[in-house]
Amino acid sequence: MTTTTDAAPPVSPRALTWTRRRHAVARFWRQYRGHRAGLAGLAVLALIALTALAAPLLVGAGSLSVTAAPGGPLEAPSAEFPLGTDQFGRSLLALLVWGTRVSLTVGLLAAFLSVAIGTLVGITAGHFKGWYGNIIMRITDWFLVMPTLVLAIALATVLSRSLWTTVLAIGVTTWPTTARLVRAQTLSVESRPYIERSKALGGGHGHIMSRHVLPNVMPLVLAQTTLVISTAILTEATLAFLGLGDPTIVSWGGLLQDAREAGAVSSGNWWYLAPPGLAIAVVALAFTLCGRTIETVLNPKLGVSR
Amino acid sequence: MSTESTPALLKGAAGVDAVRNDGPAPAGPSARGPRARSTTAYLRYAAGKLAGAAVSLFAVLVTSFFLFRLIPGDPVKQMTGGRQVSTEQIAAMRKEFGLDLPLWQQFTEYCGKALTGDFGTSYQFRAPVMDKITEALPATLLLTGTAFVIYTAIGIWLGARSAWRNGSAGDRFHTAFALTLYSVPSFWLGLLLIITLSVGIGPIPGLFPTGGMESGSESGFAYVLDVAHHLVLPVLTLVAVEYARTLLVMRSSLLDEMGSDYLTTARAKGLRDDLVRRRHAVPNAMLPTVTLLFVNLGNTVAGAILVETVFSWPGLGGLFYQALSVPDLPLVQALFFIFAAAVILMNTLADVIYPLLDPRVGR
Repeated sequence: MTTTTDAAPPVSPRALTWTRRRHAVARFWRQYRGHRAGLAGLAVLALIALTALAAPLLVGAGSLSVTAAPGGPLEAPSAEFPLGTDQFGRSLLALLVWGTRVSLTVGLLAAFLSVAIGTLVGITAGHFKGWYGNIIMRITDWFLVMPTLVLAIALATVLSRSLWTTVLAIGVTTWPTTARLVRAQTLSVESRPYIERSKALGGGHGHIMSRHVLPNVMPLVLAQTTLVISTAILTEATLAFLGLGDPTIVSWGGLLQDAREAGAVSSGNWWYLAPPGLAIAVVALAFTLCGRTIETVLNPKLGVSR
Repeated sequence: MSTESTPALLKGAAGVDAVRNDGPAPAGPSARGPRARSTTAYLRYAAGKLAGAAVSLFAVLVTSFFLFRLIPGDPVKQMTGGRQVSTEQIAAMRKEFGLDLPLWQQFTEYCGKALTGDFGTSYQFRAPVMDKITEALPATLLLTGTAFVIYTAIGIWLGARSAWRNGSAGDRFHTAFALTLYSVPSFWLGLLLIITLSVGIGPIPGLFPTGGMESGSESGFAYVLDVAHHLVLPVLTLVAVEYARTLLVMRSSLLDEMGSDYLTTARAKGLRDDLVRRRHAVPNAMLPTVTLLFVNLGNTVAGAILVETVFSWPGLGGLFYQALSVPDLPLVQALFFIFAAAVILMNTLADVIYPLLDPRVGR
C-alpha cells in the first residue's frame, strides 16, 4: 500500500480512504485473533456454513420424503441411522443436516432485516433531531418495551405460515435495540468538527448520513448483527416449536415439535430430542461468542469476555 | 427466556441511559433552596415517566385490539367447529359476543370495558376472560417469582465473584457456562429435564412429576410439599436460561467500578479483600443491575410461555398458547395486553426508582 502512495503523488481521496479502511480491517483482525472464544465461534460457524452449503450433496433428496422413507418409524440409533429415525422412518441425521439450511437462512435474513431497520431508524433519528427524531424515538421506545416473543408469536399467528412470516415476525420485533445504539453513535459522530466542515462545503443530509455517519456506525452494526442472529435463530426455533412455522419445511425447531408430537418425551426417546436442540444451542452460542469478541475489540472498555 | 436474549442484555443498559439522558434539566434559580428544588424536579421527572407509561399502555391496548382482528377466518365459524348451525344461531352468537357491531363501535366498547377490567367473554370457555386470568395468575406468579428470586441471587453472586477475580479460571468457567446455557432453547432444556428426571432413562427412576402443578389428592402441608415438588423442574429450566443475563451485567458493572479510588482507599484502611468487595464495590455496581432486575421481572412473565407449555403449568403462558390455537380473541387480546403491561410497568418503576437509589442521576 505504501509503495502505491509513494509512487503516485496525486493519490485520489477515494484510494486513500480505502487504504485506511484496509489497515483498519487488518488491525481489527489482529486483535480479534487474540480472543480464543471468538476464534472458536468463528471456526464453528465456518463448519456449520459448510454443512449448510453441502447439505444437498450429503443428503439425498429421497431421504426427506415422508412416503418413501428408508427406515422404520422411531428406530433407535444404529449403524445405518446414526441418530435414529423419526415417526415416518426418515433418518434424523439427514433431517438435522438439512435443518441447518433453514435455521441459518432464517437467522441471517431476520437479523439483516432487523439491523437494516434499526440502522435506518437510528441514523435518521440521530440526524434529524427536531420533531421527526422525537416521534421516531417515542415509537422505538414503545417497541422496546413490547415483549419480543409475545409480539413475534402474535405476528406469526396473524400472518400465513411461511418462512417469510417467521423472518418478518423476528425482523420487525427485534430492531429497537439496534436503533437506540445506532442513534447514540450517530449523535456522537455528528458532534465532531468534520461534520460541520462537510456541511460548510455543501454536503447535504444524504451525503452526511451515507458518507460520514454510516461508515462510522458500521462496526457497531456488525457486532449487533452477530448478536441479533443468535436471537433470531432461537426465536425461529421457538416459533417452529409452537407450530407457527412453515410445516412443510424441515427446521430444527420443527424437528423438536415433531419429536414432542411423536411422544418422544413420554417414551424417553432422548436421541430424537437431544440433537436438534444441541444444534440450535451450538449455533446460537457461536454467533454470541463472535458478537461479544467483536464488541470487545471495538470497545475494550466494555470488559466483556476478557 | 433465552429467545429474547442479547438485545435484552442491552435493554438494561439502554434503560439506564434513558434515565441519564431524559433526567430533569437542572431547575433554574429558586429561592427555596437545593432540597426543595430537587424534589420538585424529581416529581416532574416521575410524572413525565408515568405519563409516558400511560401513553404506552393505551398504544398496547389499541394494538391488542387491531392486531388479532387480522387473523383470517370467522371466529363464529371456528367456534361452531363445522357443526350444522342455522343462520339464526350464528346471528345470535355474533350478537352474544358483540361481533355484529361495526368495528369502530367494537373498539370503543372494548376500550371502555377494558378500563374497568372487563375484557369480555372467552370464546372457548364461555366464561369472563378476567375470571380465567385471575385463576391462572397465582400459578404464573409462583413460578416466575420463585425463578426470579433464585436466578437474581445466583446471577449477582456469581457475577460479582467473576468480576472480582477477572480473568481467573473460575471467571472464565462461569462466563462460558452461563453463555452456553443462555444459548439453549428453554423448551428443549425443559423437555430434556422431563426425559431424564421425570420419565427416567435406563437405571435412573423418575424423580419428579412430568407436569402440572399438583397431584390433586393432598391437603395442608402435604399440598405445599406437592406443589414444591412440581415446581422444581420448571423453576430449574427458567433459572438455567435466565441467570446469565444478570451475571453478565453484574460482572461488567463491577468491572467498571474496579480500580476506582474509593476502593484503593478502602484497602488502604486495611479492610479485608472480601469486605472491600461486599461493602464498597458491590453496592455501587448493583445500581445498573437494579434496572435490569425490573426489566427481567417484566419479561419473565411473558418468557414463561414456553416453560409453562412444556410443563403443562396452569399459568398465563399456557393459557395464551391454548387461546392462540383456537383462536380465542378476547382471551388472546387480554393476555397480550397483560404481558406488555407487565413489561411497561416494570420499566417505568425502574425509571422512577433509579434516581432515588443513585443520587448522581437525575437530581
